[in-house]
Amino acid sequence: MNIEQISVRVSAVEQVAPTIREFTLRPLSGELPPFSSGSHVVVEMPGAQKIHRNAYSLMSDPWDTSEYRIAVRLQEDSRGGSRFMHQSVAVGDRLNITPPANMFAPQWEAKKHILIAGGVGITPFLSYLPELMRRDADFELHYLYRGSQTGAYRKELAAELGARYFAYDSDAAERCELTELFQQRPLGTHFYICGPLSLIEGMTGLAAEFGIPASAIHYEEFAAPQPGKPFEIEIRHSGQVIRVGEEESMLEALEAAQINVPNLCRGGVCGQCVCSVESGEVDHRDNFLSAEEKASGRVVMPCVSRAKSERLIVDIQE
Amino acid sequence: MRVAPKEIQTFRNDFTYSNSPDAIKRFPFPFPEDDYRYSVNMEPHLPKGGEGSAYEKFLDIDEHYLSEMEERALVLKDMPHRCLAMEHMDLACWDMIERCMVSLAEDYPEHFSLTREGDQWRWQNHLLDIDDQFTFADSSSLPMPPLEYMGRQLQGDFALLDQRDGDLFLDAGIITCPADWSLAFDAGMSFTEWHGPVPMAHSEGIFERALKYLTAIPVGKPVRRLNWTLTVNARMDTSPETYHEWGHERTSVTPENVGSKVYLRVELQVLDRMPRSNALMFSIRTYLMSLEDIVTNPEWAKRMHRVMKTLPAPLIDYKGLTRYHSTVVDYLAQFDPAN
Ligand code: FES
Repeated sequence: MNIEQISVRVSAVEQVAPTIREFTLRPLSGELPPFSSGSHVVVEMPGAQKIHRNAYSLMSDPWDTSEYRIAVRLQEDSRGGSRFMHQSVAVGDRLNITPPANMFAPQWEAKKHILIAGGVGITPFLSYLPELMRRDADFELHYLYRGSQTGAYRKELAAELGARYFAYDSDAAERCELTELFQQRPLGTHFYICGPLSLIEGMTGLAAEFGIPASAIHYEEFAAPQPGKPFEIEIRHSGQVIRVGEEESMLEALEAAQINVPNLCRGGVCGQCVCSVESGEVDHRDNFLSAEEKASGRVVMPCVSRAKSERLIVDIQE
Repeated sequence: MRVAPKEIQTFRNDFTYSNSPDAIKRFPFPFPEDDYRYSVNMEPHLPKGGEGSAYEKFLDIDEHYLSEMEERALVLKDMPHRCLAMEHMDLACWDMIERCMVSLAEDYPEHFSLTREGDQWRWQNHLLDIDDQFTFADSSSLPMPPLEYMGRQLQGDFALLDQRDGDLFLDAGIITCPADWSLAFDAGMSFTEWHGPVPMAHSEGIFERALKYLTAIPVGKPVRRLNWTLTVNARMDTSPETYHEWGHERTSVTPENVGSKVYLRVELQVLDRMPRSNALMFSIRTYLMSLEDIVTNPEWAKRMHRVMKTLPAPLIDYKGLTRYHSTVVDYLAQFDPAN
């Protein structure tokens, strides 16, 4: 019943947009667990210098337990994860992944679902669509992309969704009028946004102006940990000191030192990795802790946050 | 034999329910320390305690199986609303069927078997003489709604919690042996709402932290905790709906009958993320044991005396023990002379 890790084999790799590659993962034995729409897995990538771990949305039909599919966008400022996937992973390779977890599930009691995807943010919605259709739900998909870089699957989506599909290629100066989307919504509509932070902030800001309750707006941004100044962590009860380099996250540095901290999203949203802070100044970069918790300086989410001071003393019970 | 299909015992009227020496040995005694503190006390739901322990399998089936199924049927006959599932919970109910049938068939092959060919499933329950074929996820292919179908074959109560907005909602459940709470009353409520009455926990921020923890439980990593209360007579159904039948029994405890009349009621609660629906399955497996049976284990007798003696007044009240708490402490004192 307890699942730690799943070993998979890459059974197909496909370039689906200029900067996006799709990977099909099949189980080494048996079947994969079914999952719910909007789930992600963390993929472990054995790089030359270190193990990269990134979270990717599952975009296959949640009822298909024979394979998972993920899409990876090559990040310009990649810390190594997406570059590894693009350059080093080939058909036949083995990878380890975590069981699926979900931070971005559809609200099934909604009257209508409006999905807004920016670029590679289309991926979680691809696992929504089969389930929305099975349930005969009322929905629309709005897809914002740059034709020269992203925009994967647009032909298939147009063909499959027909009038429920709306595309905006910013390279062709096509714009999505968010105000119209908000104005025309029937009561009981839920909005789902996945894409870059700028899109999410723009939408949530505008939604607030329109008086749309926060409970009807859902978004997911996998904030990849951003680089920063190096610093040190001291483990209070053992006195062990660990250095966090410019390019790695605090969580990665802990893992490299064999200190395992529970984690799920590795993007500052799930709350699993929380650690208590004894002293030092935290540079909070997560979306999980409340403003008060951040101000208290007593806790840190090591998957994305860093230190402003030279050293953080943390309390990790193993 | 772990699952002794002994003759069916009752949890009402003449209360013939009893525990065999084996059942006493495997009772999940809930007090790890001498004084009682409210805590979330969650741990991974992994086997422990060796063969035959209550923690050995994902779902625990024991010698009371047939009796409990009979009791459940009696409750549902009078009060069908003790099982309900809102429409958007249909997939979650099927998640539960899959999880429970697969683990029962794996863990107790002598009693249950499951054959799957695509979405065509055949389920056999030899203890209840059930042999059904159905189409997975097609609720019309079962003789009754999916949650009720499965719930009538499982010991303990089951709730399915829908997760929305970082909160959990009690949107489905089969609850026929609750410790003084009501599905009809709590249905549709959020986690914080249905824990409203628990004293001493809010101020410590326990629920806020618990909720953040629960909403992040991933697939394949179930967790468990124990909860306990005392109850008069071996009554499974202590729901508010039937309060008129059991409330007055609290005054019937005397120094002469306390050992046989008062039961320690332990709930093994498991939370498990359902993969297809993202709902949380919350199962509450109830064990009842008379004080008389508890004190056959000298360690338990001593420990329980100390816990009862130091129980804070608000909890004595909340658990409904006010009327007979001191009688229980006096009775247990004889097994703990040093204290
Ligand atoms: S792993 Fe999810 S918040 Fe850090």
